Amino acid sequence: MRIDRSADWANPVPPVRREVLSATPEADEGRPPLLFVPGYGHGAWLFAEHWLEHAAGRGFPAHAVSLRGHGRSGTAPGTGLRAYVHDVVQVAAGLPRQAVLVGHGAGALVVSHALARYAAKAAVLVSPVLGGWGTLGMALRRNPVGTIPALAGAPLRVGRRQLFGRELPDEQARAYASRVRFTSRRAQFQLITHRAPEPPAGDPPVLVVGSQQDGIVSQAALTRAARRYGSAPLLFPGMGHDLMLDTRWREPIDAIVDWLEKD
Amino acid sequence: MPSSTDFDSVNRPVYDRGDNTVCVIGAGVSGLAAVKNLKEHGFGVDCYERETTIGGAWNWRNDRSPMFASTHLNTSRPTSEFPDFPMPDDWPDYPHHSHFLSYLERYADHFDLRPHVWFGSEVVSVEAADEDGRWDVTTQSTGRAGSTRTHRYLAVVVANGHNWAPRMPRIEGMDEFRGKVIHASAYKDPAELRGRKVLVVGGGNTGCDIAVEAGQQAVKAWHSTRRGYWYVPKYLLGRPSDQVNMRVAGLPLRLRQWLHRRVSAVAIGEPMSFGLPKPDHLPWESHPVVNSALLDRIGHGDITPVPDVARFHRTEVELSDGSTIEPDLVVLATGYEPRFEFLHPTLTGSGPDNRPHLLLHAFAPQHPTLAVAGLIQPDAGLGLMVHWQTVIFARWLRLRAADPARAEKVWQRLHAESGKQLSQGKLTDVPRHWFEVGYKKYLKELQRLLDETEVPA
Ligand SMILES: Cc1cc2nc3c(=O)[nH]c(=O)nc-3n(C[C@H](O)[C@H](O)[C@H](O)COP(=O)(O)OP(=O)(O)OC[C@H]3O[C@@H](n4cnc5c(N)ncnc54)[C@H](O)[C@@H]3O)c2cc1C
Repeated sequence: MRIDRSADWANPVPPVRREVLSATPEADEGRPPLLFVPGYGHGAWLFAEHWLEHAAGRGFPAHAVSLRGHGRSGTAPGTGLRAYVHDVVQVAAGLPRQAVLVGHGAGALVVSHALARYAAKAAVLVSPVLGGWGTLGMALRRNPVGTIPALAGAPLRVGRRQLFGRELPDEQARAYASRVRFTSRRAQFQLITHRAPEPPAGDPPVLVVGSQQDGIVSQAALTRAARRYGSAPLLFPGMGHDLMLDTRWREPIDAIVDWLEKD
Repeated sequence: MPSSTDFDSVNRPVYDRGDNTVCVIGAGVSGLAAVKNLKEHGFGVDCYERETTIGGAWNWRNDRSPMFASTHLNTSRPTSEFPDFPMPDDWPDYPHHSHFLSYLERYADHFDLRPHVWFGSEVVSVEAADEDGRWDVTTQSTGRAGSTRTHRYLAVVVANGHNWAPRMPRIEGMDEFRGKVIHASAYKDPAELRGRKVLVVGGGNTGCDIAVEAGQQAVKAWHSTRRGYWYVPKYLLGRPSDQVNMRVAGLPLRLRQWLHRRVSAVAIGEPMSFGLPKPDHLPWESHPVVNSALLDRIGHGDITPVPDVARFHRTEVELSDGSTIEPDLVVLATGYEPRFEFLHPTLTGSGPDNRPHLLLHAFAPQHPTLAVAGLIQPDAGLGLMVHWQTVIFARWLRLRAADPARAEKVWQRLHAESGKQLSQGKLTDVPRHWFEVGYKKYLKELQRLLDETEVPA
């Protein structure tokens, strides 16, 4: 943990308007709010399909944020990982109670960095794309056509079948995939070049969730991610990268809520 | 020695709060950070607050709050806030005191701190309880009515603030002066200055702020300063000036001082050009006076700078250059004294001059389970510093339990280096400078201690 962040303080991230979609339980049972953070290319809508309502139904206030340049959030020049982390921390600190951060894909990378800037209650990394050379290797193997141009600065293109399990109807998969768009070239490069996240503030428990059949994150990467936080990944065989859009979307969110209720 | 832990030396009952509960005194910026961070490290926490609300100095309804209607932060957001709970990024760079209070209230609610605070309870004494370093803390309802209660704690964090007990200078003839004399802490609203002839005494941040208001409201305004200061405008090059300073903070002090003098000479001119005394120190060597309006007001003739006050007469005030002025209201912005009435002076290492001598301005030199949070005057915001002070104290308590040998080594090291200078430059030895720390130097010391007190999971 590096406590002198003069360069950071001297150059604050500019504010933007942030899209936050929410579902709240009928009665406030004092549960911690959940803040869902989508990965690059996705907006808050990703969680509004099923997970927000379901979490609220189980008594947890649920919110999803669109990172700047995504969904209906504003844009600002110089956007990259640092600005995304800032967006998550700002929304989390604006919630009435200490929040649980739930990051998906590269949103899990954003969450892993945000944990050093905001004392979260707990965190969940879903199909985490934590970047580094391993992520690049996997992308090249599974999706050479979409990845090689990205190395030259073009937007990364991800295959529909990398995102969704076999059970999701083709048409639905195509519709979802068409909503995915990439925005920040800098953030894309930072997937590989970013520094390892600093230790989380306040040492919150961290759960890693994923699937062996994820077309973007290997099982080895899931295990590595979980080990970093001293646990083992919770696996949902047969599902794709976008667990929350899958036909079996209920299983992982129920498991996450069960885990939170245990504490 | 008492033979039972249930009664103290004068036979009052002592309620033992167990081996894992820490007492925090005060629920201002420092106390709230202490409660949150101790709780986060697994300690039970009881916080006593003499007021009925949180926020301390920033809650201007509190009877001892030094804030006045127009007070804004003079340190910009990034270091005024706690590093793990930022203020909203669309707030102004220098929020108003009411903004800052609402931030503290959000912090308290967000981390569920209020259930730990006993409001309306004043701590009246803290005494060593046993050889284990535990403490007996005695409280009473504020105003010292009613009976007292004593609880025993593992450790104590004193976070009672050092900006509430006015430091009143003794100036000859003050008693016979017919005008009104108040301390800055009693000044609340510019209406109090309207239509009056006002003398503001003191060149610190508060003195300058009130002088500016007097320049706008009063019939006549004098501003008396003893020493010269460097004035830092709130903005330099379009950025909050503390952020500009941070951008170049890695450069050697000499170079930064040269830069500061060049930039401000071009932008505003040196204090001497406004008839103000020449500073006896270089820029950034002491707590900066952040004020963009003072020199303008002097330039407009709304404020007349005058030297030190020599003595009061019945209707006049005589200045050190022999001239006299006739104010009908004198505002003494002469600072505050640190006060720890509930602690024996030896605990804070205080000598006859009442100056505490703590390790890193925070840890009681002879008592590893006693800390004082927030007793510093940094050239940046307090939230940042006091967060790490309290995280370190929590870690330190854990390390003492987990690895006493390593804790002892850290303690020895702290003592061996206790003479280290924590301010930017060598400062004149006046109370105003007692608690000054250069933020970068101080953070470096805190970083070292933070790393040393890491307990492997
Ligand atoms: C005019 C002015 C402007 C300032 N501007 C800035 C700024 O811009 N940035 C900055 O960082 N700092 C600024 N400060 C410094 C300010 O003091 C700190 O920001 C902060 O308020 C200190 O917090 P604290 O918790 O240490 O003390 P306080 O805010 O004083 O809180 C201490 C609390 O302890 C309670 N207490 C005291 N004694 C007892 C007892 N015996 N038993 C129980 N409770 C007790 C008090 O009631 C109070 O609530 C300013 C100060 C002044 C006077």
